[in-house]
Amino acid sequence: MSNMVLDVSDVDKSFGGLRALSNINLRIKEGTTHAIIGPNGAGKSTLLNVCIGQLAPDRGAVVFNGDVITGRQPHEINQMGVVRVFQTPAIFPDLTVIQNVMIPAFSRRDGAFKLNMLQSVDEQREIREEAEHWLEDVGLLSHKDQFVGSLSRGDKRRLELAMGLIQDPRLLLLDEPTAGMSRHDTNTTIELLKKIKMRGMTEVIIEHDMHVVFSVADRISVLAQGQIIAEGTPEEIRGNPKVQEAYLGGKQE
Amino acid sequence: MTLFKSRKDLLYLAIFALVIFAMPLWLKPFGAGYPDLMQRFAIFGVFAIGFNILFGMTGYLSFGHAAFLGAGSYAAVWSFKLLSLNPVPALLFATLVGGVFAALVGVVSLRRSGIYFSILTLAFAQMSYSLAYSVLMPITHGDSGLQLASSDPRVLDRLFGADGTLPNLFGFSMHGMYGFYFCALILIGCFYFSMRLDRSPFGMALRALKSNQTRMSYTGFNTKPYARTAFIISGMYAGLAGGMLAVTDPLAGAERMQWTASGEVVLMTILGGAGTLLGPLIGAVIIKYFENIFSAFHPGRLYETFSFLPEGVQNFFVTIISPFVGEGWHLTLGIMFMLIVIFLPGGIMEGGKRIASALRNRRASGRHLQSRQFEPAE
Amino acid sequence: MDWLILQFLNGLDKGGAYALIALGLTLVFGTLGVVNFAHGALFMIGAFCAVVFSRLVRLETVTVDPERLSPWGTPLEVRTPMVEVWLGDFGTFLVQYSVPLSILLAIPVMLLIGWVMERGLIRHFYKRTHAEQILVTFGLAIVLQEIIKAFFGANAIPVYAPEAFSSSLNLSETLGIGTSVFYPWWRLIYLASALLIIGLVIAFLQFTTYGMVIRAGMEDRQTVGFLGINIQKRFTVVFGIAAVVAGVAGVLYAPIVSPNYHLGMDFLVLSFVVVVVGGMGSIPGAVFAGFLLGIVESFASMAAVTRVLPAIDQVILYVVAIIVLLTLPRGLMGRKGVMEG
Repeated sequence: MSNMVLDVSDVDKSFGGLRALSNINLRIKEGTTHAIIGPNGAGKSTLLNVCIGQLAPDRGAVVFNGDVITGRQPHEINQMGVVRVFQTPAIFPDLTVIQNVMIPAFSRRDGAFKLNMLQSVDEQREIREEAEHWLEDVGLLSHKDQFVGSLSRGDKRRLELAMGLIQDPRLLLLDEPTAGMSRHDTNTTIELLKKIKMRGMTEVIIEHDMHVVFSVADRISVLAQGQIIAEGTPEEIRGNPKVQEAYLGGKQE
Repeated sequence: MTLFKSRKDLLYLAIFALVIFAMPLWLKPFGAGYPDLMQRFAIFGVFAIGFNILFGMTGYLSFGHAAFLGAGSYAAVWSFKLLSLNPVPALLFATLVGGVFAALVGVVSLRRSGIYFSILTLAFAQMSYSLAYSVLMPITHGDSGLQLASSDPRVLDRLFGADGTLPNLFGFSMHGMYGFYFCALILIGCFYFSMRLDRSPFGMALRALKSNQTRMSYTGFNTKPYARTAFIISGMYAGLAGGMLAVTDPLAGAERMQWTASGEVVLMTILGGAGTLLGPLIGAVIIKYFENIFSAFHPGRLYETFSFLPEGVQNFFVTIISPFVGEGWHLTLGIMFMLIVIFLPGGIMEGGKRIASALRNRRASGRHLQSRQFEPAE
Repeated sequence: MDWLILQFLNGLDKGGAYALIALGLTLVFGTLGVVNFAHGALFMIGAFCAVVFSRLVRLETVTVDPERLSPWGTPLEVRTPMVEVWLGDFGTFLVQYSVPLSILLAIPVMLLIGWVMERGLIRHFYKRTHAEQILVTFGLAIVLQEIIKAFFGANAIPVYAPEAFSSSLNLSETLGIGTSVFYPWWRLIYLASALLIIGLVIAFLQFTTYGMVIRAGMEDRQTVGFLGINIQKRFTVVFGIAAVVAGVAGVLYAPIVSPNYHLGMDFLVLSFVVVVVGGMGSIPGAVFAGFLLGIVESFASMAAVTRVLPAIDQVILYVVAIIVLLTLPRGLMGRKGVMEG
C-alpha cells in the first residue's frame, strides 16, 4: 500500500507498570483527516508522542512514507515533513507574533541548520508575506508585531496552528487544536482545517470536541485504555454500540 | 549585495561610529578622555558585545569566557615575539585561537544546557587558569607573565627590516591615541557584525533558541550547531579582545583567566542589558570607568577628598567609604551585581525604556484608560 | 602498601570536604530548585568562625613581672590569654580546644546567615530563571568573600588543632594495617566528624517525618505544595541545614587548610563538579562522588603520577567530570529532569 503516509504497527508502550498503549495499529492514508478520540487517559497523547519520536515505543515501529522514524531526533522528523501542533501552546515567548511564524518558515526553507548570519530578515519578503498570509488565515494579522507573551490563550492556540501550517507539512498532527477556544474561534478553526484539507494535506487530529471531529474527519479511531476499540468512517463510529458504551454514551464532553 | 539592508541601520551605525570616534571629546569632562582608559572601554566593549551574542541572544550563560580572553592575550604576545610587532597578524592569531579554544570547550560544554553548561564552562576556565601556572608554563611563563624581549625572533620584522620595541602599526605606536583609534575601529567593526547577526535569520534563530529550545527542535531546527556557532563567535570576540589588550600593553598573565574576570563580563552585559545591541558596550564602559575611579582611591586620597569637613565627620566618611574603594573595588562590583540582578534584570537599556514609557504614559494619560482595555490575559 | 593507605586516607579527607559542601549544594538544588553559587562562601565563613573564635579566646593581657627579667634586662612581659585569667583551667581548655569549640559559634552564626540569605534573597528568586539565580548568588559570593578580605586581609590565616591531637596516630599498631602508617589525629577526627555529619543529615531525611516531606519535595515539589504543607518554612530549614553543614565543615577543615578569603570559590567550583558527577539533586550521589573524587585527586597528586602526567592532579577532577557527563549525562545517580533546560 503505497499511499499510506503513516504506518504505526504493533506499538506497545508502558510507563512503569501502567500499560499506556497496547498493540496499536494505525494506517493513515494520504490526503485524509484521521481523528483519534477517546476518554481522558486513553493514551491519545502518548500515541501522538510516539508518532513524532518524542517517546520511544517498547515494541513496534512507526513508519512515515516508507522511513522508520522511531528513534530519530525531533528535528529530523520535522524536516521529513511531520509537524505537530501542541496542545499547550509551545511558542517563543520572547519573539513577536510574526517572528514566531517566520521561524518555522525558515526551518522549512533553509533546513535544520544554515549559517545565514549575513542575510537580513527584512529582506526575506517572501517569508514575511507568507507569514502574514497565514496570520490572516488564523485571524492574528492585527497582532503581528505584538510580543506573544501578551496574547490570550486562544490567540496562542491559533498562532500555534499558523506555525504548524506555514511549514506545509506532509503530515500534520493536531493535539486538541480547539481546546480553550470560544465557539466562534472553534468554527473559524474548523473552516481553516477544511481549507487545508482541500490542499491535500494529511492530518491526524486528537480532539474532545465531537462537533470538530465530525466536521473534519474522514476516518476515526477510538482509543480506550490504550487499545483501539473501533475504527471507521464517522457514520460507522456513530453507529457503533461499543463506542457508544465506552465513550459517546457515557458523558458528553 | 548591499551592505546595509535598511537605512535606519546605516544611520544607527554612522551615529555609533561618530560617538565612538568622538570619545576623546565628550569623555574629557568626565576625566576619562585619556587613551589608556578609552582603549579599555573599546576592548571590553568588544568582549561584552561578543559575550552578549552567546548569553544575551542565545541564552547560554558562560562563566568561563575569561579563558578565551586570556588565550587571546597569550596568542597575540606570541605573535609579537615570533612574527612581528604589527598588531594585525597578532589580532588575527588571537581571534583564531579564541575561536579554536571555544570550539574545543564547546564540544563538551554544549552537550548540556542551563546550569550544567555554566558549571562546565566555569570548570574549564578554572582548569585553564591552574594549567597556566603549571604545565603550560613554557607558553604562559606562569607568575611573571608573558613579556616581550629584545631577543625575540620576530621573523617577519627581521625579514622586512621593521624595528621598534613595542607593538606598532607601520610605525604608529599602539600605546597612545593611535592605539585608541585602532581599537575604536575594531569596536565599530565588531558592533557592525553583531548588528548584522542580530538582524539575520540566523540571529532570529538564536533568539528563538533562547526563548524555547525544545520547541526549536520540534520546529525542525538542529539546535546544537546554532549554539555551537554562537559559542565560537563569542569565543572569537573574546580572543580578539584579549589580543587587543596585548596590543595596547604587550603583556599577558594568567590572572586574566580568573573566574572574577569571567564574572566581570557577565556583569557588564547584564548591567547594560543582555540581549540588546548597545547595552553590553554601555555596561563595559560604566564598569571600566568606575573601576578606574574607585580603585585609584586609597585612604590618603579619601582624607584629601573630605578635607573640607570637620575632622570627626571626615573620619566617619573615610571609614564608611574606604572598604568600597581601592582594594575594595570588588566589593562594590559584587554589590552592583546583586542590585542589578534583583532590581533591574533587563539592565540599563530596560531602565531607559521604562523611564521613556513612563514619560509617554504621563503625556498620554488622557488615553490611558482606553489602552488598558487590552490587558494581557495571563 | 603503606603509601596506598596514606593516599587513600588523604583522599577521604579531601573527599569529606567535597562531600559536605556538595551535600548542601545538592540539597538546596533538589528542594528549593536554586543554584547557589554562594554556597562555597558559607564553607569559607565557617572556616573563619574558627579563626574568629581562636582569636577571641587568645586575646591576651600583658602584665609585667618585676621579679623576672627578659634577656634584654627589662622586666619580663607575661602574656596570658584573658580567658585564662578569668576562668583559670577552664580558660586554658577553651584556648586549647578553640577549633572544635568554635563549632558552637559556627552553628548559630551559620543558622543566622542561612536564615537571612533564604528569607532576604533566595526566596525572591524561586520563580526567576536559573541564570538569574546563578548571577545573584554569584554576586553574593563576591560580596561575602570581599567582606572577609576586608576584615582579615588577603593572606591565609593558620588555625591550630588542639595540641592533644597534633600528634599522629600509628595506624599500623592500632588497626593492624600496613607496616608503619602514621596519620595525624586531627585529620582522623575530621574524617570521623564528616562521616557523622553526613550520617546525621541522611538519617534526618530518611527517618523523620520532617525529612520525609523534604524528600518528597525533592521528588515532586508541586505535589507537596498541593498537600497543603507549608513548604516555604521547610525551604528555610533546608537552607539552614545546608548552611550549617557547610559552616561546620569549614570549621573542621580550617586547621588543615589555613583559611583565606578565596577558599570558598576554590571549593565551590570543585563541589559543583562533585554534584554534577554525582547527579544533580541526588544526596547519595553527592556523598559518593565527593569521596570518590577526593580519592582520585589524592592518587593523581602522587609524585609517581605527576612525573608521568604533569599537573594531572589539578585537572583530574574536571577530566572525570567531563567523562562522566559525556557517558552518563545525568551523573552517577542523577534523576531525569532535574535542573535541565
